[in-house]
Amino acid sequence: MNSLATESVRSFGFPSLISPRLHIHMLIPMLSEALRGPDSSLFDRLFTSPDSIFAPRSAPAHEIFQLSMFVLIVTAAIFVTVAGLLLHVILRYRQRPGDDNHEPPQIYGSNQIELAWTVIPILIVFVLFLTSVRVIFSIQNAPEPKQALDVTVVGHQWWWEFRYPKYGIVTANELHVPVSNDPNQPMPTYLKLVSADVDHSFWVPRLAGKTDLMAGQVNDMWIQPEATGIYYGQCAQFCGLEHARMLIRVYAQTPADFQKWVANQEKPGVQDPSVAAGRAVFEHNACISCHTIKGTVAGGRFGPDLTHLMSRDTIAAGTLPNTRANLEKWVKDPDLYKPGCKMPAMKLSDQDVDHIVSYLVTLH
Amino acid sequence: MADSIPLSGATDLTPEDKHSRLFLEVMHEWIVTTDHKKIGLMYIAASLMFLAVGGIEVLLMRIQLAVPESKFLTPEHYNQLFTLHGTTMIFFVAMPILFGFANYMVPLMIGARDMAFPRLNAYSFWIFLFGALLLYFSLIGGKGIYGGSSVPDVGWFAYAPLTSKAFSHGNGSDYWALGIFITGIGTIGTALNIVVTTICMRCKGMKLSRMPLFVWLMLVTSMMAVAAIPPLSAAQIMLLIDRHLGGHFFDTQAGGSAVLWAHFFWIFGHPEVYILVMPAFGFMNEIIPVFSRKAIFGYPAMVAASVGIGFISFTVWAHHMFTVGMGAAANTAFVLSSMIIAVPTGIKIFNWLATMWGGKIQFTVPMLFCTAFLFQFTLAGLTGIMLAVAPFNWQLHNSYFVIAHFHYVIIGGILFALFGAFYYWFPKMTGRMMSETLGKWHFWLFVLGFHMTFDFMHIVGLLGMPREIYTYEPGNHWAIWNMIVTTGAFVQAVAIIVFLVNLVRSHFKGELAGNDPWDAWTLEWATTSPPPSYNFAEEPMVRSRRPLWDLKHPEDPDWKYEFETENEMTAHR
Repeated sequence: MNSLATESVRSFGFPSLISPRLHIHMLIPMLSEALRGPDSSLFDRLFTSPDSIFAPRSAPAHEIFQLSMFVLIVTAAIFVTVAGLLLHVILRYRQRPGDDNHEPPQIYGSNQIELAWTVIPILIVFVLFLTSVRVIFSIQNAPEPKQALDVTVVGHQWWWEFRYPKYGIVTANELHVPVSNDPNQPMPTYLKLVSADVDHSFWVPRLAGKTDLMAGQVNDMWIQPEATGIYYGQCAQFCGLEHARMLIRVYAQTPADFQKWVANQEKPGVQDPSVAAGRAVFEHNACISCHTIKGTVAGGRFGPDLTHLMSRDTIAAGTLPNTRANLEKWVKDPDLYKPGCKMPAMKLSDQDVDHIVSYLVTLH
Repeated sequence: MADSIPLSGATDLTPEDKHSRLFLEVMHEWIVTTDHKKIGLMYIAASLMFLAVGGIEVLLMRIQLAVPESKFLTPEHYNQLFTLHGTTMIFFVAMPILFGFANYMVPLMIGARDMAFPRLNAYSFWIFLFGALLLYFSLIGGKGIYGGSSVPDVGWFAYAPLTSKAFSHGNGSDYWALGIFITGIGTIGTALNIVVTTICMRCKGMKLSRMPLFVWLMLVTSMMAVAAIPPLSAAQIMLLIDRHLGGHFFDTQAGGSAVLWAHFFWIFGHPEVYILVMPAFGFMNEIIPVFSRKAIFGYPAMVAASVGIGFISFTVWAHHMFTVGMGAAANTAFVLSSMIIAVPTGIKIFNWLATMWGGKIQFTVPMLFCTAFLFQFTLAGLTGIMLAVAPFNWQLHNSYFVIAHFHYVIIGGILFALFGAFYYWFPKMTGRMMSETLGKWHFWLFVLGFHMTFDFMHIVGLLGMPREIYTYEPGNHWAIWNMIVTTGAFVQAVAIIVFLVNLVRSHFKGELAGNDPWDAWTLEWATTSPPPSYNFAEEPMVRSRRPLWDLKHPEDPDWKYEFETENEMTAHR
């Protein structure tokens, strides 16, 4: 047994999340075993990759995964049947060089056979339909428990805004949620999805299926990560020029770490006198009409909230490491990395850029 | 090649006037023609040209995606290319090429001299071509030539509100809406024409229950097109009203609805999938029996399944919208309808298998393509079932899995059947055979390229790669799959070049075909190859579904069997 096996075990270590009616999870290690080709690592990735839909780590994703495996097994059986018949026909009934010139017997049809291959597929799709319906209602109509965290997700061209109404926190691109690793006390996060401009779609494959952020409409979904760590995803609805650079990172944290993070986010922006020059440049340019830094005059809402910029690992919607060098390049000319992005190059002098970035890097 | 017994009076032996003509004269003849065969050929030629254009577009996209963080294309150009690729392949390749074959074949197969409305037919073709060229004019129109900003870049389904003035500057969305709208007029015209032709123009004795299945499928397809295109045309007009007359149908910032556009688009878009695949089913229905040397198995079931698909296909559209937040009840309804449509589709597959069962299958190039179709279309149908399972769809939707699925339908299914049709009917259209050797090269290269590209595309979708992204991060294991996919795309391109070479070469140098090279059974093989402009010198008369079988096998004609079953049914009644 290798890493794959342990992964599979880990995936199914949450009995409360698996419906007792569907025992097909026993088949999955076998199936993944069968899928492994000569270079097993490529196929292992299907079940372990940090983006794979077959490596669920959250209740709704598990339910979908169970159902998917059931559907895959049924459809694989159908394919084997049809392909087997086809192969048989090709091999058995091909014309051979020695054949006589007579036409084969003409058979025009059979009502019994037609009936059989109408009724059997109807039964199969009915079973698939019923199993789907159970999961649809179980996920879409799951009642929200009292302890659940509420987050409002606002899709922007081309970044994510996360608002925590309970705490009055606003952050961007990196969603922090508490982990839900106690089966007796699930700790889901309910996401209210809205858009500031065009349609987007929130998709973190290991946590849940995607739900669109439709302009002019409120949608919702929920996630319940069961292990701490980072989960990756990205916008899954074409939303214009930089659709490709609109990544999502979800940080599932222990309750203590999460509370620590919340406590920090609730504070106003750090006011370090040693970077007053940078703050002055920031506040005397158009930066403040798009960005918020709590505790300062900057109150814009068009761009990401920068109050705790340095608490984030990435900039540019999850696509660049949040380093001083990257910040400098970004402030100087965002178009260089993300052509067409909505943040203009402010035509600042090198010295002003240096000041601003010196100020930004104090915003922990 | 086996020469058949000619249908009495079907061909006219008066020698044709063959004086050499000026190039201009020939051009004039093609431009003013109302002959369904010439119009059909022009449809096919125009579609092949756009196939090359759409193919080059996708090769550029695949070069961009072969490696992560590629700088080969700018995001703007990438977005324009996938918009053009999707739009071109659906509206300027798949639909016109299928309607082109129908234009050529339907009157011949029902023993008619032309379509019911020959001038409407010519109008439909030219208005289609105009619409297509109008869309491509965006390359140079407006600000186009300076920065390409007039080329549409909103995706082939052009979701609102990305198409509104606020988010789509320039004229790209206008070119998209107008170009497709105008093309749609041509499609509706041709579809009406085919419906009227099949209802009114059948020759003596050809009851509906004796029509070749291809004609049946074109009848259903055309009826679907008449019902499905207008919602799209209406939505496009509404979009233009939004953009230029201050309307707010889809303008979400003024209370318009983004979901409304999605409903309009997919009420067109899903029947559209079947509008494309039903003619392909028709090709299968003609080719498989001839090369299995057996009558089609279960003709009435095939007709019923086709009509059934035609109706059910109008009830499944929102399975493209499982993620827009429709609610559990609506999702459930569309899961049910999308599942049910798999049943008649399955019936067709089983009937083809039963047709081959007990036959003497000749693996000529057309039959090779049809056999590959059976494998690939089965797989495409099964991934379709996966996508119909709404929760599974929440993961798969808008991922590369979906791209792989519908290319399996459109290439693995429709294009394979279409290539089969090319090899099968080319002798009728030109009087010459296509080369079997080149055909086999074409087939095997295309199978290889197809599977390299689209099999592995499923995997990268399962690994979370969304569609319509111009680049991706190096860290997420997508690169190796994308490299294989890109390689496969180029193998397919080579196969297409082999095909085009074969077409041109065979047109000039191919072996002479005679009237009936495949020893086939439907009426088009009774006349000369290529048929004269009037098709048949005398109106043919048929007594069964396979008139040429009856002629070739007077000892065991179909009409006897069909007569008996009809009597049986009457007796039961």
